[in-house]
Amino acid sequence: MSTANVVASAVIPDAGGAFRTCQATGRRIHLGAERLIKAHAVCSVVSLLIGAIAAVLIVLTRWQAVHLLPAEWFYRILGVHGMSMLIFFIIFFEIAVLHFTSTALINARGCAPKTSWLGFGLMVAGAVMVETMMWAGKADVLFTSYVPLRAEPTFYLGVILFAVGALVGVSIFFINLVVAKREQRYEGSLPLVVYGAVTAAIIAVITLLHGAAIYIPTYLWSLGLMTVDPEVYRVVWWGLGHSSQQINVAAMVAIWYMLGALTIGAVVVNEKISRTAFVLYILFISMASAHHLLVDPGLGPAWKIVNTSYFMYMAVLASMIHGFTVPAGMELGMRLRGYTNGMFEWLRRAPWHDPGFSSLIFSVFVFGFVGGITGVTIGTEQINIIVHNTLRVPGHFHATVVSGTAVAFMGATYYLIPLIFQKKVAFWKLAQIQPYLFAGGMLIFTLSMTFAGSFGVPRRHWDISFSMAPFDVQFNPIVDVILAFVALGGLLAAAGAFVFVAIAVKSVFFGEPIGQIPRGVAVAGIPAGLTHPPVHAADVDARNAALHDAASGLMGPMPGTVVLVFVFLAAFVVYFFVNWKILSFVWRIG
Amino acid sequence: MHLDTHTGLDSPKGIWWKPAHKAEKVWVAIAFAWCMVLFAMMPLWHWKGGQNPSGIRRRTTPAAYGVRLGEFITQYQVGQDRGIPIVAPPAGADVYLAAVQFQWLPILKLQKGVEYTLHLSALDVNHGFSLYPINVNFQVVPGYDYGLRVTPNASGDFRILCNEFCGIGHHMMVGRVIVDDAPAVASVRSGQ
Repeated sequence: MSTANVVASAVIPDAGGAFRTCQATGRRIHLGAERLIKAHAVCSVVSLLIGAIAAVLIVLTRWQAVHLLPAEWFYRILGVHGMSMLIFFIIFFEIAVLHFTSTALINARGCAPKTSWLGFGLMVAGAVMVETMMWAGKADVLFTSYVPLRAEPTFYLGVILFAVGALVGVSIFFINLVVAKREQRYEGSLPLVVYGAVTAAIIAVITLLHGAAIYIPTYLWSLGLMTVDPEVYRVVWWGLGHSSQQINVAAMVAIWYMLGALTIGAVVVNEKISRTAFVLYILFISMASAHHLLVDPGLGPAWKIVNTSYFMYMAVLASMIHGFTVPAGMELGMRLRGYTNGMFEWLRRAPWHDPGFSSLIFSVFVFGFVGGITGVTIGTEQINIIVHNTLRVPGHFHATVVSGTAVAFMGATYYLIPLIFQKKVAFWKLAQIQPYLFAGGMLIFTLSMTFAGSFGVPRRHWDISFSMAPFDVQFNPIVDVILAFVALGGLLAAAGAFVFVAIAVKSVFFGEPIGQIPRGVAVAGIPAGLTHPPVHAADVDARNAALHDAASGLMGPMPGTVVLVFVFLAAFVVYFFVNWKILSFVWRIG
Repeated sequence: MHLDTHTGLDSPKGIWWKPAHKAEKVWVAIAFAWCMVLFAMMPLWHWKGGQNPSGIRRRTTPAAYGVRLGEFITQYQVGQDRGIPIVAPPAGADVYLAAVQFQWLPILKLQKGVEYTLHLSALDVNHGFSLYPINVNFQVVPGYDYGLRVTPNASGDFRILCNEFCGIGHHMMVGRVIVDDAPAVASVRSGQ
């Protein structure tokens, strides 16, 4: 890693509070910002714990052989799971990432500490209000809270407070960047990881404004002060509901670049390509919320096609670009460090025992191969007819937001614990297998859900044996087996989540402080990327030029990546057209 | 061209708008072409394909839709099952189906290979129309009349599940569609 950043900032006086110098990276960490990062991260893990407990109860209920919860509690807990995971866990973590990237990565200070803490306080207050209402059974409206299903007004008010708090956090991020630029905390352009975080923050603003546009009217509606049209609600609500997943995507991709750099010295193959891909997200990805409305009565085909394709699939293009540049950067980084043999030595000899690296690999591969391919396919206007509200939908989004985003965030945590909390990662042996347990369980879970959904098994449903329904419904017996696999995968993943929470809590609150990080010696509790930093040799530019030599042919310095992306493309093409074929068998509809 | 090797954590110095390697350019071009294929499939299927969620879309009110539903049931009712009317509309008719916590009304008796305009609406909250085991799914929204031209391509005794959470009794909400073999003329028309 370059040390130029440190040199640039060393001459600047410490305005606005105390700093410490990170011994692993040489960067200057602002202590005020660090406290904010810690507070948000802790709330994030607490939310994850609540969400994971809810997850266990849900999978044990949908597994028809166990069928644990009564109907009322099943729907209630399903709502708790959605809000705790998709909103509280993810957004608390994202605000932590924004404080981190806008300060620690560019040697800058956290500005406006009182306002920052106010934002944090609003988020906590909102989250507590929402959780209280849901557990008390006063908001049995699930995550989407489609009107005219009604919750108590306090529920909507809690969501609004949380969103306002998050918006404050996002604003602080932008302020930090402007001040850092003015104070010349870094030299040149923003690092790519911070650029990715800027993308996430811009999308977050768009998302949170949609949230205000729908939850403020809905709050007034719940008080009896105005009416809200159910279809308009769906259109605007998904501007929040789906766009918030696009914050996750942008933040996750930024973390991919970060973990690649920290664990194996991944380089940026081309700044222009990677940054352009981030800009494509900003311009087009918000339109993806239309995916949820493809079989809705309020919107016509032209609107659906333009928005479904988020304008000609320009945001899919962005993801396909990152799907190339991230592994290519990893491959090139490893090759520059001497792992040049064959197609895949760079992957084989990578530090698979480093939970930061294994998380990164699972996140990239499962997000791309399962989440990406299923998402684009089922989000196609007509194919959605055979998918909408079946288990294929949660099958898809658990592959993106859990196997992708959550796994990336967990991987990042294994580095944040030593770097920010300055503690050793507790239960180190468990930490090394945690990504395998969590991502492996999730893979079984998402694939099984997808299969179950293609039999028409509905999502958000307490009893698919329909024991209390007026007419019998007999699913193919194989569905029972598939749902047992859903439960198995879900329980494995939940175990992985509990292990993660245990590691995080033990490390942060009772962990062993790190003194000097030893170099070249493996230490339990410190990831390999810190004890054996993946530094590049002084002649790295010359090596890079040699790898890029025209003699290496079209595949250039990243032949392994080229092979992988074409395997990906082939899988994508097959899955996409198989779905069209299946669609062609159903009733004619028009 | 490829100097200043750095990671995503480092600030690039100077101008970073530099030419990409050929492998990257080729991938971007192929990915773009594939995105165009993804895009083109949707208009193409409207033109050549048999399954599109277009329909006839109108605003209505639960009250108005309920009245229309009542007329439809009175006009074509042929029996009842578990207190729910069975309705057998003629070929080509406008068919009305309503979702209400926690029932689908009425039971429909259709003919294979015949086109109907199936109207969907909800009388209270959002519901989800899911035809089992065909696995055809549509959102049913109160205040909106979704008129889909449907042609059953197989006879049988089908179910309608609700697959949008509509309240604590959501899982009890199952409706019924009976499709009979149609007269020979009609099956020729379907081409199935």
